[in-house]
Amino acid sequence: MQDQNDHSGPERRLIIKAALKEMPDAARRLFLRQGLTLGGLALLTGCSISNNASVARALRQVSKFNDRAQAWLFDSSRLAPTYPKSMITQPFPFNAFYPEAQAPVVDGETYRLELGGMIADKRPWTLEALNRLPQESQITRHICVEGWSAIGEWGGIRFSEFLRRIGADTSAKYIGFKCADNYYQSIDMPTALHPQTLLALSYAGSTLPRKYGFPMKLRMPTKLGYKNPKHIMSIYVTNQYPGGYWEDQGYNWFGGS
Amino acid sequence: MISSPPTNPGSIPALARQEPQAIHPWWLRMTHWLNALAVFIMLTSGWRIYDASPVFSFRIPTSLTLGGWLGGALLWHFAAMWLLVVNGLIYLVASVATGRLWRQLLPIRLKQLAADLAAALKGHLAHDDIRHYNAVQKLAYWFVIADTVVIVASGLVLWKSVQFPLLRELMGGYNSARVVHFYAMSGLLGFILVHLVLVILVPRTLLAMIRGR
Repeated sequence: MQDQNDHSGPERRLIIKAALKEMPDAARRLFLRQGLTLGGLALLTGCSISNNASVARALRQVSKFNDRAQAWLFDSSRLAPTYPKSMITQPFPFNAFYPEAQAPVVDGETYRLELGGMIADKRPWTLEALNRLPQESQITRHICVEGWSAIGEWGGIRFSEFLRRIGADTSAKYIGFKCADNYYQSIDMPTALHPQTLLALSYAGSTLPRKYGFPMKLRMPTKLGYKNPKHIMSIYVTNQYPGGYWEDQGYNWFGGS
Repeated sequence: MISSPPTNPGSIPALARQEPQAIHPWWLRMTHWLNALAVFIMLTSGWRIYDASPVFSFRIPTSLTLGGWLGGALLWHFAAMWLLVVNGLIYLVASVATGRLWRQLLPIRLKQLAADLAAALKGHLAHDDIRHYNAVQKLAYWFVIADTVVIVASGLVLWKSVQFPLLRELMGGYNSARVVHFYAMSGLLGFILVHLVLVILVPRTLLAMIRGR
């Protein structure tokens, strides 16, 4: 204590000198005058840095790394929680990149599900034939990338069973979907084969309504909402990365939960 | 004597005796500043993600957020999370291995805590020796370490609620994990604000965190 008081003069001077030397002028000013204020926070966080091409590229690279990290974390035997009927969200929200009135109108009579890519039997399916396949149902939580979630009840064909029936090459990397609303999506094979992944044809016990994706959607409680395509018109199996409507704008591709 | 630079500690024996080693070792300073960067990105991008579907009845002004839109904010958030977690683990391992965690942040005696808290509220807390942490300070550091653990745990539930069932149940389900994540963020923000005010009041601490002395 005594020493410190004796040397407080030179010590202080040395400290200031060292500080000036070690902090670049601009950085020091930014930190002291702006960095500590909310205004500075705003200045530093303008969206301009996200628009910088090299920053954007680096962020996309990390997102690809996150795809691999999530694939590694994904446990195909781990089930998403299921809920009692009493917990179903009423009404289940409509959500799309367009308003509800613009949801596509698909004619169930003339509808044919097209198959393509690495699939042995590419014959198209009528809605009636799909409805004749064994059906199961689930009450699970739909989690939106925005953060909100809702519990709903979907029924349909276990997707892994459907893939087996059509002779899909399950050693392929991706399954792609093309939809009547021009939405497109793709998922990884392990998620496609997950026991809770359903080719959903019904909601709450009745035919899947138009607002929820008539004639069918892919329901995956292990993935975020945007990964679950609605109004599916064709399904293809491929090793070429197909991307997705939102993924091509920056959302993470794996999008798992 | 007075104007000589501290290149040779022998020329200023008193100072050398007083500071035989750095106040903050290099690994602490490194992890501190990397953590500051990670937290800054996590907070500002997290606020943008919050705004996409606010848990409470308020929004966070867009001017304070990072990422421009939800997709951009998510990219930042899920990139900086690696820095936050890896850097945080390095800090914890080094703190435990060197014994600094216990040496600097323990013990906290209840009596001392009460006395220091009273002194702090009156603005009489001594800080002649920034090497020594008072009881309130020690508690604040334990708080922020624990709070960060809660932030990461609740964040894991939000990111991968199916893959971490135990954590999910611990948080009371997906929805309450969102609330926990938000409150833990608020706690961290509170710590940062107090931390910054104290740095302004005792600027020597900033210097020590930059160059170690």
